[in-house]
Amino acid sequence: MMSEEEKKKLIKKHSKSSPVLKNSLRAFFFGGLICLFGEVLLKVYVFFGAEEKTSVSLVTLSVIFIASLLTGIGVFDKIARFTGAGTLVPVSGFSNAVTSEAMDSASEGYVLGVGAKIFTVAGPVIIFGLLSGVIYGVIYYVYSLIGG
Amino acid sequence: MEHNLILVFILGGALCFLAQLLIDLTRLTPARILVIYVCLGVFLYAVGIYEPLFDIFGCGASLPLIGFGANIGRGVFEAVNEKGIIGILEGGLSASALGITAALVLGFLASVIFRSKTKRM
Repeated sequence: MMSEEEKKKLIKKHSKSSPVLKNSLRAFFFGGLICLFGEVLLKVYVFFGAEEKTSVSLVTLSVIFIASLLTGIGVFDKIARFTGAGTLVPVSGFSNAVTSEAMDSASEGYVLGVGAKIFTVAGPVIIFGLLSGVIYGVIYYVYSLIGG
Repeated sequence: MEHNLILVFILGGALCFLAQLLIDLTRLTPARILVIYVCLGVFLYAVGIYEPLFDIFGCGASLPLIGFGANIGRGVFEAVNEKGIIGILEGGLSASALGITAALVLGFLASVIFRSKTKRM
């Protein structure tokens, strides 16, 4: 469970109380920019001989790495305050949430501090993702038995 | 692989635009947005929309968290085809292992290497 304070912190980090349209347009621009960056990176990886499927994974890894590093040196929060959902929705937001939760709980020890709280945001994302996947799997499996 | 760069920008941007609207206009927290997007990704893969979407929009579809969800969907699909009923439980995590492991390990390392500013003071 996320405490009220943590929730507020997350909200504050990714949103601002300024005009709604301006926020959204900013998110559009920076979110688009990250995806564009990823696409260019994808072409670079493919150019250097990686398979397309592998390259897509490499791009995701790269963005995760960059976001984690920027979070570590304390820059990501400053960027996210401005970009809002633009940096939240690409995997950078997932990576940032994981790293910042880990760092914030380091003082509580590595097992029940970092080890547990690193899942504050990652946990829900993983659980609900897997749950959806299992539901899809059951439907697909039954369908393939009947008529597929 | 011919993803149009403008379309990549537009879909990636639009997904962020929508998320920001939801954050500002509803009481949805960023964590909930991420959860919704992941589930949406699984759904889009399941109904066969994600693959054609990726073919056109490339990283505009794969980098936002719907791409993460679609990975889970694809993993389940392929695992069920290959292994039958076991695949339902095996496919999702296998296919998303790369991103999850990378984010968690890097996050852990960051907590060892960097000290949180708020905690130090």
